[in-house]
Amino acid sequence: MSLLTSDPIELAPLVAEVVADDRGGVATFLGLVRDHHQGQRVVRLEYSAYPEMVEGVAAGILAEACARWPVRVAARHRTGVLEVGEVAVAVAAAGAHRAEAFEACRYVIEELKRRVPIWKKEFYADGTTGWVEPRP
Amino acid sequence: MPQPPTIRLLAFARYAELLGRESLELPLPEPPTVERLIESVRALPGGEGLPPVVLVAVNARQAGGADHVAPGDEVAILPPMAGG
Repeated sequence: MSLLTSDPIELAPLVAEVVADDRGGVATFLGLVRDHHQGQRVVRLEYSAYPEMVEGVAAGILAEACARWPVRVAARHRTGVLEVGEVAVAVAAAGAHRAEAFEACRYVIEELKRRVPIWKKEFYADGTTGWVEPRP
Repeated sequence: MPQPPTIRLLAFARYAELLGRESLELPLPEPPTVERLIESVRALPGGEGLPPVVLVAVNARQAGGADHVAPGDEVAILPPMAGG
């Protein structure tokens, strides 16, 4: 399954990708569009991406997680215009125990945010827009 | 007369807005390095707004200034990642 989608993200299918009879601990993360950023009211976000590079980097991150912990992981990131409250990104990790599931889930979302070529443009309540710069 | 060799430049997000387009053909620079290519991008209208250090991918893989570019390569200039 590819990382990028333009459809609304559902958590249950993502969890179904990682669960198995021998993996009883499932950790998930959802990133929703928030209504504020650095003191400004946000009404929507527009996500854009470099798809070929995203898929290669994301596949590498998921493989790294599976190499570090005995888990199965899956992730999805939406592109296009999203309203406040919509799911932008989701990660699911399943392992035999909760420790590896939590750690792998955290690792994947942190690395996705750091390394995948995806950008977001914020639309503010006052009608202006701005490109989000990552925290240094 | 043979066409001069070119590369395809892709610009994303803020950089696409600076240059006014998302893709364009550029002549292969001499020497054919990423660094020399980015210099030529800075000389384009809007290119002066690029930051001192620009993240670059060649054929969808991150590349450094000394890396070579070849005719037909797809070179992307990437603003700092801001996904998730």
